[in-house]
Amino acid sequence: MRQIRQLALVENKVGPPEKVIRDDISTIFEQVLGHPVNISDRTDIVEDLGMDSLGVMNFVMAIEDFYDISIPLDRIAQIQTVGDLIHAVEDLRSGTQQ
Amino acid sequence: MTILAKHAAQRVVYEELHSHGVDVQFDSVLSPTEGMLNGRKTILLGTNNYLGLTFDPDCISEAIEATRSQGTGTTGSRVANGTYGSHIKLERALAEFYGREHAMVFSTGYQANLGVLSTLVGRGDHLLLDADSHASIYDGSRLGHSEVIRFRHNNPDDLYKRLRRLAGQPGDRLIVVEGIYSMLGDTAPLKEIAAVKRETGAYLLVDEAHSLGVLGEKGRGLAEAAGVEADVDFIVGTFSKSLGSVGGFCVSDSPDFDVLRLVCRPYMFTASLPPGVVASTLQALSKLQSEPALRANLMHNARRLYDGLQAMGFETGPEANPIIAVAMPNQETAVAFWKLLLESGLYLNLAIPPATPTDVCLLRTSVSAAHTLQQIDTALATFADVGRRLGFLDSQKRRAGGVA
Repeated sequence: MRQIRQLALVENKVGPPEKVIRDDISTIFEQVLGHPVNISDRTDIVEDLGMDSLGVMNFVMAIEDFYDISIPLDRIAQIQTVGDLIHAVEDLRSGTQQ
Repeated sequence: MTILAKHAAQRVVYEELHSHGVDVQFDSVLSPTEGMLNGRKTILLGTNNYLGLTFDPDCISEAIEATRSQGTGTTGSRVANGTYGSHIKLERALAEFYGREHAMVFSTGYQANLGVLSTLVGRGDHLLLDADSHASIYDGSRLGHSEVIRFRHNNPDDLYKRLRRLAGQPGDRLIVVEGIYSMLGDTAPLKEIAAVKRETGAYLLVDEAHSLGVLGEKGRGLAEAAGVEADVDFIVGTFSKSLGSVGGFCVSDSPDFDVLRLVCRPYMFTASLPPGVVASTLQALSKLQSEPALRANLMHNARRLYDGLQAMGFETGPEANPIIAVAMPNQETAVAFWKLLLESGLYLNLAIPPATPTDVCLLRTSVSAAHTLQQIDTALATFADVGRRLGFLDSQKRRAGGVA
Protein backbone atom coordinates (compact mmCIF):
# COMPACT_ATOMS: atom_id res chain seq x y z
CA MET A 1 0.00 0.00 0.00
CA ARG A 2 2.90 2.28 0.74
CA GLN A 3 3.78 2.05 -2.96
CA ILE A 4 0.49 3.67 -3.93
CA ARG A 5 1.11 6.65 -1.72
CA GLN A 6 4.58 7.05 -3.18
CA LEU A 7 3.16 6.81 -6.68
CA ALA A 8 0.67 9.58 -5.90
CA LEU A 9 3.43 11.74 -4.49
CA VAL A 10 5.75 11.12 -7.43
CA GLU A 11 3.07 12.12 -9.88
CA ASN A 12 2.38 15.12 -7.69
CA LYS A 13 -1.36 14.62 -7.78
CA VAL A 14 -3.19 17.71 -6.77
CA GLY A 15 -6.82 18.72 -6.67
CA PRO A 16 -9.70 18.42 -4.26
CA PRO A 17 -9.26 15.65 -1.67
CA GLU A 18 -12.20 13.72 -3.21
CA LYS A 19 -10.27 13.37 -6.46
CA VAL A 20 -7.12 12.19 -4.69
CA ILE A 21 -9.08 9.74 -2.52
CA ARG A 22 -10.97 8.44 -5.59
CA ASP A 23 -7.66 7.80 -7.40
CA ASP A 24 -6.21 6.03 -4.37
CA ILE A 25 -9.36 3.93 -3.97
CA SER A 26 -9.28 3.02 -7.64
CA THR A 27 -5.70 1.77 -7.30
CA ILE A 28 -6.57 -0.23 -4.17
CA PHE A 29 -9.59 -1.77 -5.95
CA GLU A 30 -7.31 -2.83 -8.80
CA GLN A 31 -4.87 -4.41 -6.35
CA VAL A 32 -7.60 -6.32 -4.49
CA LEU A 33 -9.53 -7.38 -7.62
CA GLY A 34 -6.46 -8.00 -9.75
CA HIS A 35 -7.75 -6.12 -12.79
CA PRO A 36 -8.32 -2.48 -13.87
CA VAL A 37 -11.59 -0.84 -12.81
CA ASN A 38 -13.44 2.22 -13.99
CA ILE A 39 -15.13 3.84 -11.01
CA SER A 40 -17.22 6.90 -10.37
CA ASP A 41 -18.92 8.15 -7.21
CA ARG A 42 -22.05 6.23 -8.24
CA THR A 43 -20.28 2.88 -8.67
CA ASP A 44 -21.94 0.30 -6.40
CA ILE A 45 -19.15 -1.60 -4.65
CA VAL A 46 -20.98 -4.93 -4.44
CA GLU A 47 -23.26 -4.80 -7.51
CA ASP A 48 -20.98 -3.12 -10.05
CA LEU A 49 -17.62 -4.50 -8.94
CA GLY A 50 -18.90 -8.00 -8.18
CA MET A 51 -17.28 -8.19 -4.73
CA ASP A 52 -18.37 -10.85 -2.25
CA SER A 53 -18.41 -10.24 1.51
CA LEU A 54 -14.84 -11.48 1.93
CA GLY A 55 -13.66 -9.27 -0.94
CA VAL A 56 -15.35 -6.27 0.65
CA MET A 57 -13.72 -7.05 4.01
CA ASN A 58 -10.25 -7.35 2.48
CA PHE A 59 -10.83 -4.18 0.50
CA VAL A 60 -12.01 -2.24 3.55
CA MET A 61 -8.98 -3.41 5.54
CA ALA A 62 -6.68 -2.33 2.71
CA ILE A 63 -8.32 1.12 2.72
CA GLU A 64 -7.98 1.29 6.51
CA ASP A 65 -4.27 0.44 6.34
CA PHE A 66 -3.65 2.93 3.59
CA TYR A 67 -5.27 5.87 5.36
CA ASP A 68 -4.38 4.68 8.89
CA ILE A 69 -8.02 4.78 9.94
CA SER A 70 -10.52 2.27 11.29
CA ILE A 71 -13.98 2.36 9.71
CA PRO A 72 -16.51 1.27 12.38
CA LEU A 73 -18.89 -1.54 11.35
CA ASP A 74 -21.98 0.67 11.38
CA ARG A 75 -20.25 3.03 8.93
CA ILE A 76 -19.24 0.11 6.70
CA ALA A 77 -22.88 -1.01 6.64
CA GLN A 78 -23.91 2.41 5.29
CA ILE A 79 -21.36 2.39 2.48
CA GLN A 80 -22.86 1.26 -0.80
CA THR A 81 -21.16 3.35 -3.47
CA VAL A 82 -17.66 4.65 -4.07
CA GLY A 83 -19.00 8.13 -3.23
CA ASP A 84 -20.19 6.87 0.19
CA LEU A 85 -16.74 5.41 0.78
CA ILE A 86 -14.97 8.65 -0.16
CA HIS A 87 -17.15 10.57 2.29
CA ALA A 88 -16.49 8.06 5.06
CA VAL A 89 -12.72 8.26 4.48
CA GLU A 90 -12.85 12.08 4.44
CA ASP A 91 -14.86 12.17 7.67
CA LEU A 92 -12.61 9.74 9.50
CA ARG A 93 -9.41 11.44 8.29
CA SER A 94 -10.58 14.87 9.39
CA GLY A 95 -11.60 13.29 12.72
CA THR A 96 -8.05 11.98 13.20
CA GLN A 97 -6.46 15.27 12.33
CA GLN A 98 -8.53 17.23 14.83
CA MET B 1 -43.84 -12.18 -4.10
CA THR B 2 -43.89 -12.50 -0.31
CA ILE B 3 -42.36 -10.49 2.48
CA LEU B 4 -39.50 -13.01 2.47
CA ALA B 5 -38.65 -12.42 -1.21
CA LYS B 6 -35.70 -10.30 -0.07
CA HIS B 7 -33.98 -13.54 0.97
CA ALA B 8 -34.32 -15.12 -2.47
CA ALA B 9 -30.57 -15.75 -2.85
CA GLN B 10 -30.35 -17.56 0.48
CA ARG B 11 -33.46 -19.56 -0.40
CA VAL B 12 -31.72 -20.94 -3.49
CA VAL B 13 -28.80 -22.07 -1.32
CA TYR B 14 -31.18 -23.55 1.27
CA GLU B 15 -33.14 -25.49 -1.34
CA GLU B 16 -29.97 -26.83 -2.92
CA LEU B 17 -28.59 -27.98 0.43
CA HIS B 18 -32.00 -29.41 1.39
CA SER B 19 -32.04 -31.43 -1.84
CA HIS B 20 -28.73 -32.97 -0.76
CA GLY B 21 -30.17 -33.94 2.62
CA VAL B 22 -27.80 -31.65 4.50
CA ASP B 23 -30.40 -30.75 7.12
CA VAL B 24 -29.87 -33.86 9.17
CA GLN B 25 -32.57 -35.29 11.41
CA PHE B 26 -31.50 -37.93 13.89
CA ASP B 27 -33.90 -40.84 14.38
CA SER B 28 -32.42 -41.19 17.85
CA VAL B 29 -29.20 -40.46 19.71
CA LEU B 30 -27.75 -43.52 21.42
CA SER B 31 -24.75 -42.14 23.29
CA PRO B 32 -22.35 -39.14 23.17
CA THR B 33 -20.71 -40.73 20.14
CA GLU B 34 -23.42 -42.68 18.31
CA GLY B 35 -26.81 -41.97 16.82
CA MET B 36 -29.30 -43.48 14.39
CA LEU B 37 -29.57 -41.64 11.08
CA ASN B 38 -31.82 -42.91 8.30
CA GLY B 39 -32.02 -46.25 10.11
CA ARG B 40 -28.24 -46.61 10.28
CA LYS B 41 -25.97 -46.52 13.33
CA THR B 42 -23.69 -43.54 12.81
CA ILE B 43 -20.58 -42.25 14.57
CA LEU B 44 -21.11 -38.69 15.77
CA LEU B 45 -18.01 -36.63 15.03
CA GLY B 46 -19.51 -33.16 14.97
CA THR B 47 -21.51 -32.49 18.13
CA ASN B 48 -19.15 -30.32 20.29
CA ASN B 49 -19.69 -32.87 23.04
CA TYR B 50 -16.07 -32.50 24.16
CA LEU B 51 -16.21 -34.34 27.48
CA GLY B 52 -18.97 -36.72 26.38
CA LEU B 53 -21.14 -35.91 29.42
CA THR B 54 -24.56 -35.84 27.75
CA PHE B 55 -25.30 -39.40 28.88
CA ASP B 56 -23.38 -39.31 32.15
CA PRO B 57 -25.52 -41.27 34.65
CA ASP B 58 -24.85 -38.80 37.51
CA CYS B 59 -25.74 -35.77 35.37
CA ILE B 60 -28.92 -37.51 34.22
CA SER B 61 -30.00 -38.52 37.73
CA GLU B 62 -29.35 -35.00 39.07
CA ALA B 63 -31.48 -33.58 36.23
CA ILE B 64 -34.29 -36.09 36.93
CA GLU B 65 -34.22 -35.43 40.67
CA ALA B 66 -34.28 -31.64 40.19
CA THR B 67 -37.10 -31.90 37.66
CA ARG B 68 -39.15 -34.08 40.01
CA SER B 69 -38.63 -31.81 42.99
CA GLN B 70 -38.69 -28.37 41.31
CA GLY B 71 -40.64 -28.88 38.09
CA THR B 72 -39.91 -28.70 34.39
CA GLY B 73 -39.40 -24.94 34.09
CA THR B 74 -39.21 -21.72 36.07
CA THR B 75 -41.74 -19.92 33.85
CA GLY B 76 -40.09 -16.61 34.59
CA SER B 77 -37.02 -14.47 34.21
CA ARG B 78 -34.27 -14.16 36.80
CA VAL B 79 -35.40 -10.69 37.84
CA ALA B 80 -38.99 -11.89 38.43
CA ASN B 81 -39.86 -15.38 39.69
CA GLY B 82 -37.08 -17.28 37.89
CA THR B 83 -34.27 -17.25 40.47
CA TYR B 84 -34.06 -20.51 42.45
CA GLY B 85 -31.41 -21.54 44.93
CA SER B 86 -29.84 -23.75 42.28
CA HIS B 87 -29.19 -20.78 39.94
CA ILE B 88 -27.25 -19.07 42.72
CA LYS B 89 -25.46 -22.32 43.52
CA LEU B 90 -24.38 -22.70 39.89
CA GLU B 91 -23.15 -19.10 39.79
CA ARG B 92 -21.11 -19.65 42.94
CA ALA B 93 -19.68 -22.89 41.57
CA LEU B 94 -18.61 -21.13 38.36
CA ALA B 95 -17.06 -18.20 40.25
CA GLU B 96 -15.15 -20.63 42.44
CA PHE B 97 -14.00 -22.74 39.48
CA TYR B 98 -12.57 -19.64 37.78
CA GLY B 99 -11.30 -18.09 41.03
CA ARG B 100 -13.40 -14.99 40.39
CA GLU B 101 -15.61 -12.88 42.59
CA HIS B 102 -18.71 -12.92 40.42
CA ALA B 103 -20.64 -15.09 37.99
CA MET B 104 -23.87 -14.66 36.11
CA VAL B 105 -25.79 -17.39 34.30
CA PHE B 106 -27.72 -16.86 31.06
CA SER B 107 -30.27 -19.07 29.33
CA THR B 108 -27.98 -19.72 26.32
CA GLY B 109 -24.37 -19.02 25.39
CA TYR B 110 -25.65 -16.86 22.55
CA GLN B 111 -27.56 -14.71 25.04
CA ALA B 112 -24.51 -14.44 27.29
CA ASN B 113 -22.64 -12.74 24.45
CA LEU B 114 -25.64 -10.63 23.45
CA GLY B 115 -26.08 -9.50 27.04
CA VAL B 116 -22.51 -8.91 28.07
CA LEU B 117 -21.26 -7.23 24.89
CA SER B 118 -24.26 -4.93 24.60
CA THR B 119 -23.94 -3.84 28.23
CA LEU B 120 -20.21 -3.58 29.06
CA VAL B 121 -19.74 -0.97 26.36
CA GLY B 122 -22.17 1.73 25.27
CA ARG B 123 -22.35 4.94 23.31
CA GLY B 124 -18.94 6.61 23.12
CA ASP B 125 -17.08 3.35 23.89
CA HIS B 126 -15.11 1.16 21.48
CA LEU B 127 -15.56 -2.56 20.93
CA LEU B 128 -12.68 -4.32 19.15
CA LEU B 129 -13.66 -7.67 17.63
CA ASP B 130 -11.58 -10.33 15.95
CA ALA B 131 -12.79 -10.50 12.33
CA ASP B 132 -13.55 -14.25 12.66
CA SER B 133 -15.74 -13.79 15.74
CA HIS B 134 -18.77 -16.01 16.28
CA ALA B 135 -22.17 -14.66 15.16
CA SER B 136 -23.22 -14.17 18.80
CA ILE B 137 -20.35 -11.70 19.27
CA TYR B 138 -21.26 -9.76 16.14
CA ASP B 139 -24.93 -9.77 17.14
CA GLY B 140 -24.07 -8.64 20.68
CA SER B 141 -22.07 -5.77 19.19
CA ARG B 142 -25.12 -4.73 17.17
CA LEU B 143 -27.46 -4.85 20.14
CA GLY B 144 -25.39 -2.25 21.99
CA HIS B 145 -24.50 1.28 21.02
CA SER B 146 -20.74 1.26 21.11
CA GLU B 147 -18.55 1.87 18.08
CA VAL B 148 -17.47 -1.50 16.67
CA ILE B 149 -14.07 -2.00 15.06
CA ARG B 150 -12.93 -5.27 13.54
CA PHE B 151 -9.29 -6.35 13.61
CA ARG B 152 -7.58 -9.01 11.49
CA HIS B 153 -8.06 -12.54 12.82
CA ASN B 154 -5.52 -13.51 15.49
CA ASN B 155 -3.39 -10.46 14.66
CA PRO B 156 -2.24 -8.59 17.81
CA ASP B 157 -0.30 -6.05 15.70
CA ASP B 158 -3.44 -5.10 13.78
CA LEU B 159 -5.33 -4.86 17.09
CA TYR B 160 -2.60 -2.61 18.51
CA LYS B 161 -2.68 -0.40 15.44
CA ARG B 162 -6.43 0.08 15.77
CA LEU B 163 -6.19 0.89 19.47
CA ARG B 164 -3.42 3.39 18.70
CA ARG B 165 -5.72 5.09 16.17
CA LEU B 166 -8.20 5.65 19.01
CA ALA B 167 -5.60 7.50 21.10
CA GLY B 168 -7.02 10.72 22.51
CA GLN B 169 -10.63 9.65 22.00
CA PRO B 170 -12.77 9.26 25.13
CA GLY B 171 -14.58 6.05 26.04
CA ASP B 172 -13.73 2.55 27.24
CA ARG B 173 -12.10 0.01 24.95
CA LEU B 174 -13.16 -3.66 25.11
CA ILE B 175 -11.21 -6.32 23.19
CA VAL B 176 -13.12 -9.53 22.42
CA VAL B 177 -11.43 -12.77 21.37
CA GLU B 178 -12.28 -16.48 21.51
CA GLY B 179 -10.33 -19.24 23.24
CA ILE B 180 -10.75 -21.72 20.39
CA TYR B 181 -12.33 -20.49 17.15
CA SER B 182 -15.27 -22.67 16.27
CA MET B 183 -14.58 -23.32 12.62
CA LEU B 184 -10.83 -23.97 12.26
CA GLY B 185 -10.09 -24.90 15.87
CA ASP B 186 -7.27 -22.37 16.13
CA THR B 187 -6.55 -20.58 19.42
CA ALA B 188 -6.11 -16.84 19.95
CA PRO B 189 -2.53 -15.59 20.58
CA LEU B 190 -3.69 -14.57 24.04
CA LYS B 191 -0.33 -13.69 25.59
CA GLU B 192 0.33 -11.13 22.88
CA ILE B 193 -3.24 -9.83 22.99
CA ALA B 194 -3.00 -9.47 26.77
CA ALA B 195 0.21 -7.44 26.28
CA VAL B 196 -1.63 -5.12 23.86
CA LYS B 197 -4.44 -4.82 26.39
CA ARG B 198 -2.04 -3.83 29.17
CA GLU B 199 -0.20 -1.32 27.02
CA THR B 200 -3.34 0.39 25.75
CA GLY B 201 -5.43 0.30 28.92
CA ALA B 202 -8.23 -1.66 27.27
CA TYR B 203 -10.44 -4.30 28.89
CA LEU B 204 -10.24 -7.88 27.66
CA LEU B 205 -13.06 -10.42 27.27
CA VAL B 206 -12.41 -14.01 26.23
CA ASP B 207 -15.18 -16.28 24.98
CA GLU B 208 -14.15 -19.75 26.14
CA ALA B 209 -17.18 -21.53 24.59
CA HIS B 210 -15.06 -24.17 22.85
CA SER B 211 -12.13 -24.14 25.29
CA LEU B 212 -13.85 -24.63 28.68
CA GLY B 213 -13.03 -28.15 29.83
CA VAL B 214 -10.66 -28.47 26.89
CA LEU B 215 -7.62 -26.25 27.53
CA GLY B 216 -5.63 -25.53 30.68
CA GLU B 217 -4.47 -27.79 33.47
CA LYS B 218 -7.71 -27.26 35.37
CA GLY B 219 -9.82 -27.02 32.21
CA ARG B 220 -10.55 -23.31 32.61
CA GLY B 221 -9.70 -22.60 29.00
CA LEU B 222 -7.19 -20.65 26.96
CA ALA B 223 -6.64 -17.89 29.53
CA GLU B 224 -5.43 -20.53 31.98
CA ALA B 225 -3.38 -22.39 29.35
CA ALA B 226 -1.71 -19.15 28.23
CA GLY B 227 -1.07 -18.05 31.82
CA VAL B 228 -2.84 -14.71 31.43
CA GLU B 229 -5.95 -15.13 33.57
CA ALA B 230 -5.08 -11.99 35.57
CA ASP B 231 -5.24 -9.93 32.35
CA VAL B 232 -8.66 -11.23 31.33
CA ASP B 233 -11.39 -9.01 32.79
CA PHE B 234 -14.38 -11.04 31.64
CA ILE B 235 -14.79 -14.67 30.62
CA VAL B 236 -17.89 -15.76 28.74
CA GLY B 237 -18.77 -19.37 28.04
CA THR B 238 -21.48 -21.91 27.41
CA PHE B 239 -22.86 -25.05 29.04
CA SER B 240 -23.88 -26.53 25.69
CA LYS B 241 -20.53 -28.02 24.73
CA SER B 242 -18.21 -29.54 27.36
CA LEU B 243 -20.91 -29.42 30.05
CA GLY B 244 -23.46 -31.20 27.87
CA SER B 245 -26.56 -29.09 28.57
CA VAL B 246 -27.60 -25.57 27.54
CA GLY B 247 -26.98 -22.08 28.93
CA GLY B 248 -24.25 -19.48 29.14
CA PHE B 249 -22.30 -17.55 31.74
CA CYS B 250 -19.98 -14.66 32.44
CA VAL B 251 -17.43 -14.46 35.28
CA SER B 252 -15.42 -11.46 36.42
CA ASP B 253 -13.74 -9.70 39.33
CA SER B 254 -15.30 -6.36 38.42
CA PRO B 255 -16.50 -5.02 41.80
CA ASP B 256 -19.78 -3.64 40.47
CA PHE B 257 -20.52 -6.72 38.36
CA ASP B 258 -23.97 -7.35 39.87
CA VAL B 259 -25.40 -4.18 38.31
CA LEU B 260 -25.46 -6.24 35.09
CA ARG B 261 -28.48 -8.03 36.53
CA LEU B 262 -30.48 -4.83 36.17
CA VAL B 263 -29.11 -3.40 32.95
CA CYS B 264 -28.52 -6.47 30.81
CA ARG B 265 -31.66 -7.01 28.76
CA PRO B 266 -30.94 -10.50 27.34
CA TYR B 267 -30.59 -11.60 30.99
CA MET B 268 -33.64 -9.75 32.28
CA PHE B 269 -36.21 -10.45 29.60
CA THR B 270 -35.97 -14.19 29.10
CA ALA B 271 -37.01 -17.21 31.14
CA SER B 272 -34.27 -18.61 33.37
CA LEU B 273 -32.80 -22.08 32.93
CA PRO B 274 -35.04 -24.99 34.03
CA PRO B 275 -34.01 -26.73 37.29
CA GLY B 276 -33.09 -29.95 35.46
CA VAL B 277 -30.63 -28.12 33.22
CA VAL B 278 -29.07 -26.27 36.16
CA ALA B 279 -28.68 -29.53 38.10
CA SER B 280 -27.00 -31.46 35.28
CA THR B 281 -24.73 -28.50 34.54
CA LEU B 282 -23.62 -28.32 38.18
CA GLN B 283 -22.87 -32.03 38.13
CA ALA B 284 -20.97 -31.74 34.83
CA LEU B 285 -18.89 -28.84 36.18
CA SER B 286 -18.02 -30.99 39.16
CA LYS B 287 -16.99 -33.89 36.85
CA LEU B 288 -14.92 -31.54 34.72
CA GLN B 289 -12.89 -30.75 37.85
CA SER B 290 -12.76 -34.18 39.45
CA GLU B 291 -12.00 -36.19 36.32
CA PRO B 292 -8.99 -34.69 34.52
CA ALA B 293 -8.70 -37.99 32.63
CA LEU B 294 -11.62 -36.81 30.47
CA ARG B 295 -9.46 -33.93 29.19
CA ALA B 296 -6.49 -36.23 28.64
CA ASN B 297 -8.65 -38.64 26.59
CA LEU B 298 -10.09 -35.75 24.62
CA MET B 299 -6.71 -34.35 23.64
CA HIS B 300 -5.39 -37.85 22.87
CA ASN B 301 -8.33 -38.45 20.51
CA ALA B 302 -7.90 -35.01 18.93
CA ARG B 303 -4.19 -35.64 18.29
CA ARG B 304 -4.89 -39.06 16.78
CA LEU B 305 -7.54 -37.72 14.39
CA TYR B 306 -5.49 -34.63 13.47
CA ASP B 307 -2.29 -36.59 12.80
CA GLY B 308 -4.19 -39.24 10.85
CA LEU B 309 -5.88 -36.68 8.59
CA GLN B 310 -2.62 -34.83 8.06
CA ALA B 311 -0.77 -38.06 7.24
CA MET B 312 -3.33 -38.73 4.51
CA GLY B 313 -2.61 -35.29 3.07
CA PHE B 314 -5.82 -33.52 4.03
CA GLU B 315 -5.61 -29.79 4.64
CA THR B 316 -6.55 -29.11 8.25
CA GLY B 317 -6.47 -26.14 10.61
CA PRO B 318 -3.19 -25.15 12.29
CA GLU B 319 -3.61 -26.89 15.67
CA ALA B 320 -4.55 -30.35 16.96
CA ASN B 321 -7.48 -29.21 19.07
CA PRO B 322 -10.81 -31.03 19.45
CA ILE B 323 -12.19 -29.01 16.54
CA ILE B 324 -10.51 -30.26 13.39
CA ALA B 325 -11.62 -28.83 10.08
CA VAL B 326 -10.75 -30.33 6.72
CA ALA B 327 -10.69 -27.88 3.82
CA MET B 328 -12.57 -28.77 0.64
CA PRO B 329 -11.73 -27.18 -2.72
CA ASN B 330 -15.32 -26.09 -3.42
CA GLN B 331 -18.90 -26.50 -2.25
CA GLU B 332 -19.75 -29.25 -4.72
CA THR B 333 -16.90 -31.46 -3.52
CA ALA B 334 -17.64 -30.59 0.10
CA VAL B 335 -21.29 -31.70 -0.26
CA ALA B 336 -20.34 -34.88 -2.16
CA PHE B 337 -17.65 -35.77 0.39
CA TRP B 338 -19.97 -35.08 3.30
CA LYS B 339 -22.77 -37.21 1.80
CA LEU B 340 -20.46 -40.16 1.21
CA LEU B 341 -19.12 -39.94 4.77
CA LEU B 342 -22.68 -39.94 6.08
CA GLU B 343 -23.66 -42.90 3.89
CA SER B 344 -20.63 -44.69 5.34
CA GLY B 345 -21.86 -44.07 8.90
CA LEU B 346 -19.88 -40.95 9.87
CA TYR B 347 -21.61 -37.70 10.81
CA LEU B 348 -19.76 -34.38 10.95
CA ASN B 349 -20.58 -30.75 10.13
CA LEU B 350 -20.67 -29.41 6.61
CA ALA B 351 -19.64 -25.76 6.96
CA ILE B 352 -20.00 -23.44 4.02
CA PRO B 353 -19.67 -19.64 3.67
CA PRO B 354 -20.75 -17.31 5.21
CA ALA B 355 -20.42 -19.48 8.34
CA THR B 356 -16.74 -20.10 7.59
CA PRO B 357 -13.77 -17.72 7.56
CA THR B 358 -12.04 -16.79 4.29
CA ASP B 359 -14.91 -18.24 2.22
CA VAL B 360 -13.55 -21.78 2.49
CA CYS B 361 -15.79 -24.89 2.54
CA LEU B 362 -15.04 -27.15 5.47
CA LEU B 363 -15.81 -30.59 6.79
CA ARG B 364 -15.77 -29.73 10.47
CA THR B 365 -15.22 -32.44 13.02
CA SER B 366 -15.34 -32.19 16.80
CA VAL B 367 -13.81 -34.92 18.90
CA SER B 368 -15.11 -36.18 22.24
CA ALA B 369 -13.39 -37.72 25.25
CA ALA B 370 -16.03 -40.43 24.88
CA HIS B 371 -14.85 -41.53 21.42
CA THR B 372 -13.05 -44.86 21.53
CA LEU B 373 -9.78 -45.25 19.67
CA GLN B 374 -11.65 -47.65 17.42
CA GLN B 375 -14.19 -44.96 16.54
CA ILE B 376 -11.42 -42.47 15.72
CA ASP B 377 -9.70 -45.07 13.55
CA THR B 378 -13.00 -45.94 11.83
CA ALA B 379 -13.48 -42.22 11.14
CA LEU B 380 -9.98 -42.00 9.64
CA ALA B 381 -10.56 -45.11 7.51
CA THR B 382 -13.85 -43.61 6.28
CA PHE B 383 -12.11 -40.37 5.33
CA ALA B 384 -9.46 -42.36 3.48
CA ASP B 385 -12.06 -44.45 1.65
CA VAL B 386 -14.19 -41.47 0.57
CA GLY B 387 -11.08 -39.51 -0.32
CA ARG B 388 -9.97 -42.31 -2.63
CA ARG B 389 -13.43 -42.74 -4.16
CA LEU B 390 -13.55 -39.04 -5.03
CA GLY B 391 -9.98 -39.10 -6.38
CA PHE B 392 -9.32 -36.49 -3.75
CA LEU B 393 -6.38 -37.70 -1.72
CA ASP B 394 -3.82 -37.68 -4.55
CA SER B 395 -4.36 -34.04 -5.40
CA GLN B 396 -4.51 -33.10 -1.72
CA LYS B 397 -1.16 -34.73 -1.06
CA ARG B 398 0.47 -32.71 -3.80
CA ARG B 399 -0.84 -29.47 -2.34
CA ALA B 400 0.40 -30.12 1.21
CA GLY B 401 -0.24 -27.10 3.36
CA GLY B 402 -2.56 -25.72 6.01
CA VAL B 403 -5.87 -23.95 5.80
CA ALA B 404 -4.86 -20.99 7.90
